[in-house]
Amino acid sequence: MSLPRAPIRWRTVRVGEVVAETAQAATIVLDVPDWPGHAAGQHVDVRLTADDGYQAQRSYSIASAPEDARLALTVERIDDGEVSPYLVDEVRAGDEFEIRGPVGGHFTWRVADGGPLLLVAGGSGLVPLMAMLRHRAAQDSDVEARLLLSARSADDVLYRAELDRLDDVAVHYTLTRSRPEGWTGYDRRVDAEMLAEVGPAPSAHPLVFVCGPTAFVETVADGLVALGHPPDTIHTERFGPTGS
Amino acid sequence: MPISRGFRGRRAEVDPSRVPPGQYVVTDFPVLSAGPTPHTPLDEWSFTISGAVDEPVSWTWEELLALPSETFTVDIHCVTKWSKLDTSWTGVSVDTLLEGVTTEGDYVTAWSDGDYTTNIPLEDLTGGRAWVAHTFDGEPLEAEHGGPARLLVPHLYFWKSAKWVRGLTLTVDDEPGFWEAAGYHNYGDPWKEQRYWSD
Repeated sequence: MSLPRAPIRWRTVRVGEVVAETAQAATIVLDVPDWPGHAAGQHVDVRLTADDGYQAQRSYSIASAPEDARLALTVERIDDGEVSPYLVDEVRAGDEFEIRGPVGGHFTWRVADGGPLLLVAGGSGLVPLMAMLRHRAAQDSDVEARLLLSARSADDVLYRAELDRLDDVAVHYTLTRSRPEGWTGYDRRVDAEMLAEVGPAPSAHPLVFVCGPTAFVETVADGLVALGHPPDTIHTERFGPTGS
Repeated sequence: MPISRGFRGRRAEVDPSRVPPGQYVVTDFPVLSAGPTPHTPLDEWSFTISGAVDEPVSWTWEELLALPSETFTVDIHCVTKWSKLDTSWTGVSVDTLLEGVTTEGDYVTAWSDGDYTTNIPLEDLTGGRAWVAHTFDGEPLEAEHGGPARLLVPHLYFWKSAKWVRGLTLTVDDEPGFWEAAGYHNYGDPWKEQRYWSD
């Protein structure tokens, strides 16, 4: 954890591209002048301004690696949300809004931090963890990495094609609501037994990052503590239904 | 500032004088914490005032509950943008805990199970503005919301209201806590939108 050097100020960004990820989520790729850089796992604040001056702010995790040329945010639509439906459904290339950041100094991983790395994601909680995996790939790091991803169905899995290409990362899926025919992954909510199978064991001293909805993070973090992982090695980031 | 084409927003019908800039009102109770939820058994729990004091003082859980308590209704504001209005709590005023404590310190580090710390000027914890709260909405405070007891300093961003609080350490110098050292604002006044260190 280190003090940021650049002041955290609002800057106007231009949307370069919008990529549909799933029916509920899109990645917004931004051109950011003078971006000060970020660490994988950090987030930004987004501020939208209506034509009468009304503003709304929310926080979104950064999906891109620090090494990537452009900043990418992946946003999941909260149906009764205020900002996320606009970002997922309305925004298009050329639009402008404001962001500031990066913020968050706790839920970050750099290759120099080492591993092994255990990443546990619930739904769109994958986004900051994906930034870590992209950072790891960009650095040609050989730190051992495992990902356990819980999603409702195969169609809800973010970055599926990219995850399939990460052949040096052990990716485990659990689909909690519906599964395609012939599914061989897990088919239930994450529990201690699943966490023990995915590993690594506490004796390997993994750095653990858990991100997802509150109840998911509570269950996973409690399970990891019960398996013997020291609480101070378990980093969590939670979002509630109001994280719109 | 740029206009966000086609953005209208969802204008909540709330008293604007109660919602600080950049905040939106929620009806549920989101959870934010940096690590696993600690579960300290009540018979091992204590609350301690120490540091730059003449004599450290400590209470067991039973002793804390035996102190005079107050039930109060306040608005709370999280730096992640949500505000929750009219929340009802019961707890012991920090004024009550500091009765008889002599200190040279002007600052306080609140510390918690799970190694969380946050720094607050002493004057912000006194004068009926801060409590050690153990009851939310008439029920024992749930662990995920900071139970068995959390600090409550509603006039500052909610990260100052340390969950799972176990003590206050008086300090002569202001010593940044967990989030304060990670780039969040040292004081955290929601009405001045002091979210990050450079605000």
